Amino acid sequence: MSILIDKNTRLIVQGITGRDGGFHASQMVAYGTNVVGGVTPGKGGMKTEDGVPVFDNMEEAVNETGANTSVIYVPARFAADAIFEASDAGIELVVCIAEGLPVRDMLSVLPYVRERGTRVIGPNSPGVISPGRSKVGIMPGDIHKEGNVGVVSRSGTLTYEIVYHLTVNGIGQSTCLGIGGDPVIGTNLLDAMDLFANDPETDAVVLIGEIGGNDEEKAARIIKDGYPKKVAAFIAGRTAPPGKRMGHAGAIVTGGTGTAEEKIKAFADAGVEVAETPAQIAGIISGLL
Amino acid sequence: MKIHEGDARGIFAAFGLPVPPSRFITKAEEAGPVAEELGCPVVVKAQVLVGGRGKAGGVKLASDPIEAVEKAKAILGMDIKGLTVEKVLIAKAVDISKEFYVGMVVDRITRKPLMMISAEGGIDIEEVAKSAPEKILKVVIDPITGLLPFQTRKMASFLTSDKDVARQLGPVFRSLYQAFMEIDSSLAEINPLVVSPDGKVWAIDAKINIDDNSLYRHEDIRALRDDSMEDAGEVEAREADLSFVKLDGSIGCIVNGAGLAMATMDMIKYYGAEPANFLDIGGSSSPEKVLSAMKIILRDKNVKAILVNIFGGITRCDDVAKGLLEAKKRLGIDIPLVVRLTGTNEEEARELLRGTELVSADTMDEGVKKAIEIANA
Repeated sequence: MSILIDKNTRLIVQGITGRDGGFHASQMVAYGTNVVGGVTPGKGGMKTEDGVPVFDNMEEAVNETGANTSVIYVPARFAADAIFEASDAGIELVVCIAEGLPVRDMLSVLPYVRERGTRVIGPNSPGVISPGRSKVGIMPGDIHKEGNVGVVSRSGTLTYEIVYHLTVNGIGQSTCLGIGGDPVIGTNLLDAMDLFANDPETDAVVLIGEIGGNDEEKAARIIKDGYPKKVAAFIAGRTAPPGKRMGHAGAIVTGGTGTAEEKIKAFADAGVEVAETPAQIAGIISGLL
Repeated sequence: MKIHEGDARGIFAAFGLPVPPSRFITKAEEAGPVAEELGCPVVVKAQVLVGGRGKAGGVKLASDPIEAVEKAKAILGMDIKGLTVEKVLIAKAVDISKEFYVGMVVDRITRKPLMMISAEGGIDIEEVAKSAPEKILKVVIDPITGLLPFQTRKMASFLTSDKDVARQLGPVFRSLYQAFMEIDSSLAEINPLVVSPDGKVWAIDAKINIDDNSLYRHEDIRALRDDSMEDAGEVEAREADLSFVKLDGSIGCIVNGAGLAMATMDMIKYYGAEPANFLDIGGSSSPEKVLSAMKIILRDKNVKAILVNIFGGITRCDDVAKGLLEAKKRLGIDIPLVVRLTGTNEEEARELLRGTELVSADTMDEGVKKAIEIANA
């Protein structure tokens, strides 16, 4: 098994005729993801170079293909509408790669999708990959390897860095999930931990957190109270100055909370080893398994 | 994005909050006529985008127009936490018999708007949240229903038992919520909200931060941005669509992705040096972006070595390599560059950089160590 995506994933790419959407649709097809269609309003009827049919809207796309998952590569100002449309069409999992969505858009998206039973990953997410089965996102597929370690992260490239070290040390992954760097996201660290807790093929979880918010502290509390998987962590932003947004909209220390120090301490209190450099994660996980 | 108190007061007033009238001035002598017009006493307030203006001596009361000019003269040009006061606000003063705190943020846990109030106004809310959390009432607002009447009643009675004051608080909470949502605010505070001796409620300070991602739909608010309040490099970076934060160390960093950029800074510190900046060139980076990034870093004379750390996904390593070579040619860089490029098109990138004086590194650890070694040489 794995979480969120596997061989049964039937994917629609929203924004498939755009530069990023087109490129990554091909990459996902090459990886073996079952890309059943794409949507771009006004471009319905055409096919991509890989032979993926393009539809004008999500309802039609879902009716024609039986899709259960979508991935969003549209510009930020149209992204909330793309999520609403996917959810309305009955999509179960929406992965929003688009970044730069206003927080207020997400405040109206989340209750809407919850009512319709849709899970949203992101926005500002690098996507999800269950190595060897399916990839929905923008991460380079070849650095991953099938295995039993779950990875959840608020970052993109930092996750690649850490996954790369896992893979070269022979540690494979069940699923790697980038939850996104925004302050308000569809699936947070705690939601992801729940998903991994219930996955029999995941034996250990790598949590990659960063400054801002208090989800890492809450995660530490859950681990302390008895989490069924082994956990290793990395926290980015030890050297980040307070009050400054560090690239991600959600990566900011405000009013003295959300610091790396607090998060590291919370993990230490819960008995979770926190790596000081990305490369150290592999060693910590090897020790746990 | 942060905006000045004077502009925030204007927005609050437009949403119906009881804000005493005020005017911006940039020359001390303008304070006299403004004070005359508003009616004395007035408060003369430094307009800088940092907290703690009062403690720094940037807020003074003036009882007549002559005193207003004197106080304005003293405050204009003052340095508050590294920022020069170029504008002051002259506001009609209000006598205070009671002070409250009222603020709003988006709560990351419930993923909903959150109003926070306290009967201890004028305080540092974050400090109170830690030392005496029972003094703060937090009310989560469902964006589908908006602020509900029972919630405003609960908040009003948390602050006061005075019926006349409570009656005025309901509209204050509603207006603040409405303003917060409509302008895509990430933080909106009235600190303090006061009751004057005649029993009237006034918002005598205003703070609003706006969600940067929403600015495309708020042209009027975007125009309120004051670039003089930020580091010149940070302004230039924003215009080039890069995320940049200036720090005090000697190792410049160019990284793709915010998490990896922070991890790079942290690793520099871990190996015993200090980073000069945070810089994320973002995904799908073009050679032009790398060139802009290089220009911004080179403004900083403390930089002794520059580390380029790229894990290519959407970002193509050969694009970054081209940008680096272009920067080297156009900017005449004499600071050593250490380059670590992994991922998409790394072979092509390596080919492009072969035979140049750029120092290459295979891993992030090696790159950081080499950069530090060179900077210390």
